[in-house]
Amino acid sequence: MPNRLENTTLPFAGLAADNISKSFAENLVLKSVTLNFAPGQVHALIGENGAGKSTLMKILGGYQLPSSGQLLLDGRPAAFASPKQAEAQGIVLVHQEIHLAPHLTVAQNIFLGRELRKGIWADDKRMNEASSQLLSNLNLTIDPRVVVESLPIAKRQMVQIARALSGPHKTVIFDEPTASLTPHESEALFAVIDSLRQKNKAIIFISHKLDEVKRLSDVVSVLRDGKLVAHQPAQTLQPVDMAHLMVGRELGQLYPPKLPADDGESVLQVHSLSVPGFVRGVSFNLKSGEVLGFAGLIGAGRSESFEGLMGLRAATGDIVVRDQKSGPFSGPKAAAKSGLAYVTEDRKGKGLLLESPLANNLTLSTLGKFTRGGLIDRRAENLALDQAITDFDIRAKSKMIDAGRLSGGNQQKLLLAKTLLANPSVIIIDEPTRGVDIGAKQQIYELIVKLAKAGKSIVIISSEMQELIGLCHRVLVMRQGRIAGEVAGKEINERNIVTLATGTA
Amino acid sequence: MNASLSQYFNLKQAAPFIALVVLILVGSLVHPNFLTYDNLVQNVATRTSFIAIIAIGATFVMSAGGLDLSVGSMAAFTAGTMILFLKSGEATGGAVLIAEGMVLAIAVGVLCGMANGAIVTLGRIEPFIATLGTMVILRSLFTYLANGGSLSISPDLKDIYAPVYQGTFLGLPIPVLVVLGVGALAALLLYKTPFGRHVLAVGSNEDVARYSGVSISGIKALTYAIQGLCVAIAVVLYVPRLGSANSATGLYWELQAITAVVVGGTLLKGGRGRIWGTIVGAFFLEIIGNILTLSNVNVYLIGAVQGAIIIVAMLIQRSLNRRTT
Repeated sequence: MPNRLENTTLPFAGLAADNISKSFAENLVLKSVTLNFAPGQVHALIGENGAGKSTLMKILGGYQLPSSGQLLLDGRPAAFASPKQAEAQGIVLVHQEIHLAPHLTVAQNIFLGRELRKGIWADDKRMNEASSQLLSNLNLTIDPRVVVESLPIAKRQMVQIARALSGPHKTVIFDEPTASLTPHESEALFAVIDSLRQKNKAIIFISHKLDEVKRLSDVVSVLRDGKLVAHQPAQTLQPVDMAHLMVGRELGQLYPPKLPADDGESVLQVHSLSVPGFVRGVSFNLKSGEVLGFAGLIGAGRSESFEGLMGLRAATGDIVVRDQKSGPFSGPKAAAKSGLAYVTEDRKGKGLLLESPLANNLTLSTLGKFTRGGLIDRRAENLALDQAITDFDIRAKSKMIDAGRLSGGNQQKLLLAKTLLANPSVIIIDEPTRGVDIGAKQQIYELIVKLAKAGKSIVIISSEMQELIGLCHRVLVMRQGRIAGEVAGKEINERNIVTLATGTA
Repeated sequence: MNASLSQYFNLKQAAPFIALVVLILVGSLVHPNFLTYDNLVQNVATRTSFIAIIAIGATFVMSAGGLDLSVGSMAAFTAGTMILFLKSGEATGGAVLIAEGMVLAIAVGVLCGMANGAIVTLGRIEPFIATLGTMVILRSLFTYLANGGSLSISPDLKDIYAPVYQGTFLGLPIPVLVVLGVGALAALLLYKTPFGRHVLAVGSNEDVARYSGVSISGIKALTYAIQGLCVAIAVVLYVPRLGSANSATGLYWELQAITAVVVGGTLLKGGRGRIWGTIVGAFFLEIIGNILTLSNVNVYLIGAVQGAIIIVAMLIQRSLNRRTT
């Protein structure tokens, strides 16, 4: 594979990456990427989780420095030691997550850190006016004096975009901007992106939604395992081609063959589960050996349903495990007694103690098994770690390192090992492969199928449609806190899921 | 640092101990009387014992991400209750009365700790605010018990009780032995039991602990109860020292205990606890004061020097943390 693709020529007007590589510890996450981002073009950057998109984006935005290679700005070498320096050069990044101070007003947020002043005082009047102007340029009717907290998510995101565009901007990077938007809200965003294109700005658009990419972009670049594998005009690519380029093989290969959905015994029955403020009246059955998917947009209440089920949130409803009324549970410990286990989507925030050694993480939920005479048996713990490292193929430089030093995929394997140590019969996995490289992804899929084969019941909550299609016997689709519908067998496809998830029949 | 070397020798963990050795070397150069049994063990180590024991309790609270500002007032209140009890049976009492008083003190300390724990967990009030409240309450209750003055036990009873503070066993003062004993038990509890592991997990990341099925409230409440127990043990050693308690009893002990814990290498934000580091930390502070006194530094300035050294110690600790992570 050539490092430089033929249609990439340097020097170039605008921002360009010249032969950029980046490694973390011994992990090479970007390999000699050369790309340019032309003014007046929407440049889509696509790739699987862990392909290096976000690293490239952070380098472009001044959040990280490349390990080798350089950035070029209008053909001249440029190095950004901080996002502020990048912004000064007109490169702004619109984050996927909302980074706004919720208790400040819209205008205060837009000008946070670079307030307009009158003498030593903050000039609120002028900032409100300027914000009004900015927002109306984006065709938005938001009062700059309202507190951000009172706005819905989509409008908060627009405020964030307004903030990004409030300074000088020549290159605007959008990181999965539509992840939490409804189709209608996405349209409004696309109009904004279109108007930026017309103003001759360079737009970098990162998205997992390939139909959006097809619709919006002029140029598509595909990253896989840190390498640039394609860079071509959008007209020449169909979404299915993009998917193949991203995965680098036939999609079918990524997923082990599904087991037949035979009639196992009913293991878990959930009746009208409600989590105040998030979920209303969710009911479903789960059989042994079944892989059940939960799809839906962000904010549809999928994670909240299962956090409610596990007793991690206040919830009501009936939970029947093997014909015995068992819940609502008081917490994960009580749920574990009934054989339920939940793997959080927030691996770093809720799953692992990043500053603790691997063994301590592995045994945290099952310390009782490793205790003799009231004291922890370190030897037994280490044996369990050895076993987990072999069984789950956890690749660590040393067994003594802290969990935070593992790569995303290995962290996920450790988290799964930790969860399975309790020998649960119902395993709920929230975003099983988020931020995981392709190799680990395949291993996790194989593990899921193996568990199902062993008679375990699996629930997969995922925002990656392909994952649900490739693994599940049935998929329940949630919308606004309720189950909007179910698709099973051959009916499980992207169109049916999206239709239910967005309510656009 | 070389990876294989750092496996056997952790500079971060060893830092407080190295600092202590350096300090002792400095002390022995400054004054010939410094490095003597009488000064270092009989005087400095014995006087350190109250703070050291209280700081061991604080190590649990802080490792779990909490804070207890009430320990000084709690010590005064516990001492006050114990002395009142001893006075009530003074006429007939002897060693048995003292033993009963000790049991009472332990009960009072544990109850105070449990109250703190309940306010923090059931009341969901920030530990800083909750224990600031109990600090004021307990100080006021002590002042009320002492009627604004001091409380003392009779000289006869004090003579019977005195050996608990002044006595020695195998050449070591009893308070020092108690520190070592409490330290050993605490280290076992924090490093070797599921409870200790859970304490560190809660302090490290409460959400991870919760999602792993650890009872956050239970663990936190227990750390405050342990803190109360440690305060009571310190009081049992403190009362025979002077046989009395007054408005200065326990004053600023919370600050000294927190300092000892942090200097010893426990993280203020929780997740890492160092029992022996804490003991060294307490000793460290007292030695600085001792060296300054021996070298005739104006006694009013000792606090300023101690404060400056604490800040320097923390700066060194932070740079060590940066280097190894």
